[in-house]
Amino acid sequence: MASFSTNEFRAGLKVMLDGDPCSIIENEFVKPGKGQAFNRVKLRNLKSGRVWERTFKSGESLEGADVMDRTMEYLYNDGEFWHFMEPDTYEQYQADTEAVGDAAQWLKEQDRCEVTLYNDAPLAVTPANFVELEITETDPGLKGDTASGGNKPATLSTGAVVKVPLFLSQGEVVRIDTRSGEYVGRGKA
Amino acid sequence: MPIHNQHVEHWHPGASLDALRARAELLKLIRDFLQQRGVLEVETPILCSAPATDPSLTPIAAGPRWLQTSPEYAMKRLLAAGSGPIYQICKAFRHGEAGPRHNPEFTLLEWYRPGFTLSDLIAETVDLVTQALGERPVEQVTYCDLFERYLEVNPLTADVGILAALARQHVDYASEAEHRDIWLDLLMSHVIEPKLSGITVVYHYPASQAALAQIDGNFEPAVALRFELYVDALELANGYQELTDPEEQAERFAQDNLTLEQRGEPVRVLDSALLAALHAGMPDCAGVALGLDRLLAIQLGASSLKDVISFDWTRC
Repeated sequence: MASFSTNEFRAGLKVMLDGDPCSIIENEFVKPGKGQAFNRVKLRNLKSGRVWERTFKSGESLEGADVMDRTMEYLYNDGEFWHFMEPDTYEQYQADTEAVGDAAQWLKEQDRCEVTLYNDAPLAVTPANFVELEITETDPGLKGDTASGGNKPATLSTGAVVKVPLFLSQGEVVRIDTRSGEYVGRGKA
Repeated sequence: MPIHNQHVEHWHPGASLDALRARAELLKLIRDFLQQRGVLEVETPILCSAPATDPSLTPIAAGPRWLQTSPEYAMKRLLAAGSGPIYQICKAFRHGEAGPRHNPEFTLLEWYRPGFTLSDLIAETVDLVTQALGERPVEQVTYCDLFERYLEVNPLTADVGILAALARQHVDYASEAEHRDIWLDLLMSHVIEPKLSGITVVYHYPASQAALAQIDGNFEPAVALRFELYVDALELANGYQELTDPEEQAERFAQDNLTLEQRGEPVRVLDSALLAALHAGMPDCAGVALGLDRLLAIQLGASSLKDVISFDWTRC
């Protein structure tokens, strides 16, 4: 794997740090007048998700991380692993609970999502920004009540619990923004 | 990775036309200010055969020569030739220095005042900055007092272990520090600078950070007769009571090359013409270099130099 010098660091570059693959979020060149130049780098550890800031002497290098983001189709969960498939090659990958993390609550079979591969194994899973899921459990809907503006908890087919407007009932499909976990509207299905 | 052709997307300038007009006004203000004070505008070559030796600057090669990192050496040769007070507005080039507050190619204002003490030049620099930016609170503080104030440590006498512990407490630092100045630079840039406000003139730097300033041995420990002027957290100008002794200059050249050698970097050609000029005799003087793009950015409230440079590094 190639190595990258601090002046090549840019957002999205994947590097190895302390033995873990990390993604660079921000890279700021800092220099006190005549003195030593530094790069103040904000990184995300792709294994733990932790974001932190670290300072390097300018000109130092880090090894690149063999990390790639691929769009895949979620197939099924066998109770232990989540299985994904690359639509072009039909190649399948299995991801463990740690890799899937919070994405688990938004994964519906046959939906597209982003799988981050590290050394060809899933490291992290990012759901699509918007998913449509069926309500499997909620208090009975108040038909026609679209004005009162209140909301109630609803359990979705994936197990996620979100707040939805009072007028929705079990069996209906809702559209959710997975980044915030918020209801954005009724689904098309 | 797809090739992203920035030059197609970024054909237009990063600075607004208003910013370009403000730049022209600022240039006029500076020229008027210095002309009224009898300082002569000069030009010196941008391509030089001996680059600056400062190990913290990386010069850019241009064929068999170097793009200047500052016009310092050539201007000192003019001073030795009897030019009297001189100034220059020119482009300077520093490899790898890119970001919101840096552009590898930038505009520098540099001027020299024979007969001036460091405090005379500090006063003049503050005057110019105030004319460009309007009145702002001004404070002059020693490097030492600044560290005492924000970190409760004496930067000149504290044990290197204490400085390291203090720096590690504030900064997650991943690299080696082979000199106490690295810890001081970390503390200065990461902890102190962000807290500065108004116009702050920091003076009496550690002797190890003298660059080309005289060292004053009347202090214990000795200090460098050097100042930095900040506007809020942004470093704007760096001035010296200039070194005039050719032996001392030759020693600092040698020290710089030794540092480069220890780092495994190529040593630099030494400017023998500068040494010859110092031997012939350079008048006692104070000199300062000021980042003109930064001054304009502060004047316009711009958060990045790309807003005040027609085509910044990413657009050319």
